[in-house]
Amino acid sequence: MASTFYNEILTEHNINPMHKHKMEGANVSLEGVNPSCGDDIVLSLKVNDAGVIEDGAFEGDGCAISQASCDMMLDLIIGKPKDEAMRLADIFLRMIKGSVTDEEKDELEEAGILSDISHMPARVKCAVLGWHTMEEMLSDGEPADGGQEGKEKAE
Amino acid sequence: MTNEDREIRAHFPILSDEKLVYLDNSATSQRPQAVLDAVEEFYRTVNSNPMRGLYNISIRATEQYEEAREAVADFIGAAEPAEIVFTRNATESLNLVAYSYGEAFIHEGDEIIVSIAEHHSNLLPWQILAKKTGAVLTYFECREDGEFSLDEFKKLLSEKTALVAMTQMSNVFGRLNDVKAFAAEAHRVGAVFVCDGAQSAPHVPVNVIDLDVDFFAFSGHKMYAPMGIGVLYGKKELLEKMPPFLYGGEMIEYVQKYSATYAEVPHKFEAGTVNAGGAVGLLAALKFMKGIGWETIERREEELTAYAYERMLSVPRVKVLGAADASDHHGILTFTIEGVHPHDVAAIMDEHGVCIRAGHHCAQPLHKHLGIMSTSRASLGFYNTHEDIDAFIAALSGMRKEMGYPD
Repeated sequence: MASTFYNEILTEHNINPMHKHKMEGANVSLEGVNPSCGDDIVLSLKVNDAGVIEDGAFEGDGCAISQASCDMMLDLIIGKPKDEAMRLADIFLRMIKGSVTDEEKDELEEAGILSDISHMPARVKCAVLGWHTMEEMLSDGEPADGGQEGKEKAE
Repeated sequence: MTNEDREIRAHFPILSDEKLVYLDNSATSQRPQAVLDAVEEFYRTVNSNPMRGLYNISIRATEQYEEAREAVADFIGAAEPAEIVFTRNATESLNLVAYSYGEAFIHEGDEIIVSIAEHHSNLLPWQILAKKTGAVLTYFECREDGEFSLDEFKKLLSEKTALVAMTQMSNVFGRLNDVKAFAAEAHRVGAVFVCDGAQSAPHVPVNVIDLDVDFFAFSGHKMYAPMGIGVLYGKKELLEKMPPFLYGGEMIEYVQKYSATYAEVPHKFEAGTVNAGGAVGLLAALKFMKGIGWETIERREEELTAYAYERMLSVPRVKVLGAADASDHHGILTFTIEGVHPHDVAAIMDEHGVCIRAGHHCAQPLHKHLGIMSTSRASLGFYNTHEDIDAFIAALSGMRKEMGYPD
């Protein structure tokens, strides 16, 4: 029996994530943790003076959903202004809650394949980990040591 | 499916769904019709507040509740029913010991030894107690295969050791610890021995007098009884000198405005309206287990564990935690599969109708000790079949491919 949820796009982003690596020159980074699952990522972004996300990467461990979701997010937001990334994060988080239009979902590109998570309550935290971490980073705008705070909050 | 499989499974309404492959028995077991009926009958025929009524149905409710206590005492070989305290579950039983015995008898500078393989329910109460009292918390570590060495244990013991907390069977390894030997050593230095029996009581016969443990905790819901009824066994002389855990109704002797005296054991520890329906369900579960018999339960679980273990070893890139011998697993098969996160393993199993557990199994310090973030766990009961194992193995064998790996 073929798997219904773990499709090729998701597994490819999990096994060969384009953006999972150490990154030089990041000016914001934050750890995001799901203590109950053991998902643990550090997201790093390089945001230029004009507020555009020039580059991004993540490191860490976690299930395929958390890892692929984060990789797909970075695919989508690299090269975009902060405000646009925040708008897309809002769409993604609404999609996971099941309240999004088809047009909005299309804007998420590959990340739109995670819409079924809205029917998998146990996996919601995995799917939103990278997105929440990014939101938190970009909304304070405080660079670097937010990592500790994120960790403490999660525990 | 054999005739015996069919006969046994017919007792469990939920197992009539042949597509359901339930392999999460260490988390909670299923319940037979006899238990469901007993609970319903209690509420239908004698429902009333036990212990306090002076009328017919309350007296009968009390009798049934106390009959359950007698049956539990008999089940674990306690000297008398007064040594059995009903709680919500093993977690509450262990907390009761930590709060009541611990706060009264553990002092600053005392040492508490906790095994590294404990479920958080037999670890956190001691961690908190140590913080509150200033006692020193020490961990007793196991080998990678889950074995605890008596010689290593002896090295940890001293005159300062006041309490040892150890499970009879880890919910990750399934290995039966020789708690009798560990308890004897603990007693030699004057320490009390608190045993978590949540995993062992459903799968192997237990005799608390033979084991000579001071406290023994287990949950009804892992052994075919309803959720919300658990047991604390304690040696009577210890229970008698311990202060109450919760205060309120039905645990008193006499209450005045500024002081009170308390009921005898075990009632001193059963404040408030008790879960009589749950206790009656537990009574029915014990009768049900007696009807099936330990011989059948152990034979089936051992044979099925061996079959599952052997087949798991044949799946490439799968590693089973714990002992190399299937007979040391007692139905608990915790594993990793290279490149697939346990939560994805459980999700794919679910797509195949197989229920397993994934995560840290409430044993984070043990996972850290073993250097693993998280694991997956299949756990069997005597009502599982070879077909259940085959479905599990089929899903396991295809797992890496479904996750996009070439092999």
